[in-house]
Amino acid sequence: MQTDATTLDAFRAEVSQWLINNIPEDPGFLLPQSFMEVGSEEQLEFLIAWQKKVYEAGYLGMAWPKEYGGGGMPQVYQNIVDEELMNHKAPIIFNVIGLGWAGPLILDMGTEEEKQKYIKGILTADDIWCQGFSEPDHGSDLGNAQTRAVRDGDDYIVNGSKIWTTFGNYAKYMILLARTNPDAPSKYAGLSFFLSPMHADGISTTPIQKITGEYGFCQTFFDDARIPASCLMGEENQGWKVAMRTLEYERSVHGGQASTYKFLPIAMEDLLHSCKTIERDGKPLLEDPVVQDQLVQFLIEEKSLALMKERGDIPELCTDYPFSLALSGKLIATELFRRARQYAVSLQGAKGGLYVGDNMAIEGGQWQRGYFNNFSATIGGGTSQVQANIIAEHALGLPK
Amino acid sequence: MTFINIEANTDMRFSEDQQMIQEAARGFCQDKSDIEAVRKLLDSETGFQPEIWQEMVELGWLGMCIDEAHGGSALSLDCLIPIAESMGRQLLATPFFASTLAAQLIQRAGSEAQKTRYLPMIASGTIATLALLDNEDWGAALSKCNLSADGKINGRKVLVEAAAQAEIFIVLCQQGEQQRLVIIERSELDNSAIETHTLIDETKRAGIVSLNDFSISEAQLMPTSAADALADVKLIGALLIAAESVGSTAACLNLTVEYLNTRKQFNKLIGSYQALKHPTVDMLNMMEGARSQVYHAATLLADSQGDITRDAEIACRMSKASANDALLFAGDRAVQFHGGMGFTYECDAQLYIRRAQWSQQHYGDSAYHRKRLAPLILA
Ligand SMILES: Cc1cc2nc3c(=O)[nH]c(=O)nc-3n(C[C@H](O)[C@H](O)[C@H](O)COP(=O)(O)OP(=O)(O)OC[C@H]3O[C@@H](n4cnc5c(N)ncnc54)[C@H](O)[C@@H]3O)c2cc1C
Repeated sequence: MQTDATTLDAFRAEVSQWLINNIPEDPGFLLPQSFMEVGSEEQLEFLIAWQKKVYEAGYLGMAWPKEYGGGGMPQVYQNIVDEELMNHKAPIIFNVIGLGWAGPLILDMGTEEEKQKYIKGILTADDIWCQGFSEPDHGSDLGNAQTRAVRDGDDYIVNGSKIWTTFGNYAKYMILLARTNPDAPSKYAGLSFFLSPMHADGISTTPIQKITGEYGFCQTFFDDARIPASCLMGEENQGWKVAMRTLEYERSVHGGQASTYKFLPIAMEDLLHSCKTIERDGKPLLEDPVVQDQLVQFLIEEKSLALMKERGDIPELCTDYPFSLALSGKLIATELFRRARQYAVSLQGAKGGLYVGDNMAIEGGQWQRGYFNNFSATIGGGTSQVQANIIAEHALGLPK
Repeated sequence: MTFINIEANTDMRFSEDQQMIQEAARGFCQDKSDIEAVRKLLDSETGFQPEIWQEMVELGWLGMCIDEAHGGSALSLDCLIPIAESMGRQLLATPFFASTLAAQLIQRAGSEAQKTRYLPMIASGTIATLALLDNEDWGAALSKCNLSADGKINGRKVLVEAAAQAEIFIVLCQQGEQQRLVIIERSELDNSAIETHTLIDETKRAGIVSLNDFSISEAQLMPTSAADALADVKLIGALLIAAESVGSTAACLNLTVEYLNTRKQFNKLIGSYQALKHPTVDMLNMMEGARSQVYHAATLLADSQGDITRDAEIACRMSKASANDALLFAGDRAVQFHGGMGFTYECDAQLYIRRAQWSQQHYGDSAYHRKRLAPLILA
């Protein structure tokens, strides 16, 4: 497969044209801005259809092995697709826990049987995946998870509860972290990792309403639920390492994702556009030098972020703290966007007080909703504070 | 993370030339300029050791971007960046930036005679400098230094880098509507024409050049196009100082991390306190952002063969703004995180916060560059 510039440029043009022809029309209801916000059947159906279409066009899982349903091509092709999806503001590729974390994990360390069983369904969106890590009492302190799994013949019996389960009510499978040995010498040593079915007796979910007023995640209850022992991934009591591996995919420390297009881009460009129409002191906001200065500052930071990604590929320029760029991406990006969205709302004058549903809200209230939704990224997948601890300890070598 | 829609240019490469120079420059600066050596020079007259300057000349650093015909090695501007960064890292202060930028200006806009005379001199170590400012304003549209029709200069140039060491001065003057640049040699100046400043950064040297009814010949005037070339050279200056600052930020971060890993309070290493840990991560991230900006700008300058394209201008300005902010933040927190020790002259944190204060204004502070970025990127 060729990766020379001419071939790749032609491929980019082809993808771009395909997107122009195939991006669905506005369905007339709110689409989620990230995969963590899918909260209604109509959104879900729309996104399943879209993912299928992208997959069938050959633009998803392009670098995954052919024998399991992938494209068997160099990663750079998928990167181009992801960039073009973003450039065209296509709907997100939603089955992220499968595409981004469970899939790469199974391809990395799953058995042949597991690869045959799971990979294709992740790509076609026939099998939606969810993640059962966080618990009501143990979130950041994930290693302390207490949901119990007890071996009973060919099954494990699971009891306990997981929370903030994105897609919990739609998923067919869950990557589940549960305690198999409560007496292990350390909290990490007693955990096991399962590829658990969701449709089993004793497993139920209750949707939770989010800060935006929409639905998007669930609490998941395990009440003497039986799951086959064959669901165990890796060895019993070795689950922490496996969970860490998935978190690294989640935080983009490792590649291997079938697609990384999981957030609707909120471009600074859009912010600039609003600033041309919103008025302050009787003039377009963009003419206000105070506003200009702050916008430029955001643009500098946005560009730094993009450039850091580029520099990560040049090892000679990463000798100080070699892990820092990989570990920092999530923290820097999510915090920058939280600040930018908050700022965007502050620019709206009196209309900053309107919300989605009011027909005078600027751009339908997307900045307000976007600001709220942005917390999903600064909290989910490891909070910013926990990310900062990780960078401090693992990149800078500071003590725990 | 792909949150963002960047239509902007994000090219970045690190060439083989750059790699070789980086290796050599890191080693050289570490060898010649450990903290003890830096401190020894703080109250010296010139701020640098002539032997070290001579070695830099022999390494070809002063002629690096000068044409071969004029005694240089004609490498592209991106090769200066690893040198600047390595110097910043070791706080090695010499007139390298002043000389390099003066050479850039002569090469870009000097007359043939000026190039033939001055470029080989600079390549072989004669110190040159730019005398641009009449006051604190890097953004002044008009110079207050007057060049009369009959060739007399009246004015006072301030904050001239290496004023007391330089042999060649390029002086910015105003002639009616026009900005003109004049090359003056040290031998033409009285000793009383030069005074030295007391700088916040004691590793650096700068001074005042007073010109009273100072007569020049036609041959000393640079062609009129030099004023435009100066705008480009100032952007290159901003980029070099940004690269130097990134190096200093890295060193300042290392100093802080080391202290956080050794100092104990309440029976714990202070590095375990998140009130210190998290801002240290911010230092790291700001440095990584600024360094990325700098090497991107370097790539664009190499690609354009030194031309300041729109993208290159954006990149130089963003580099300077982010490098300023990173070093200021790092220096400031380094002082605070050393506690009482941080308030002492003995603590090296002072070297970095002083450097930060000097460098932020040199070739434009952050707000200066943001203001000029606004029309470029908000249109
Ligand atoms: C939209 C959304 C979707 C999610 N989807 C999923 C999912 O699909 N599956 C799943 O398993 N989980 C999911 N999560 C859960 C998420 O991973 C947790 O919320 C997160 O790890 C934080 O845990 P917590 O909510 O218990 O907060 P806590 O851990 O109780 O944190 C509370 C506050 O304390 C701070 N804090 C905690 N520990 C430290 C420390 N050591 N140092 C400094 N500060 C600290 C945190 O930063 C936070 O500000 C989702 C969360 C959100 C918001």
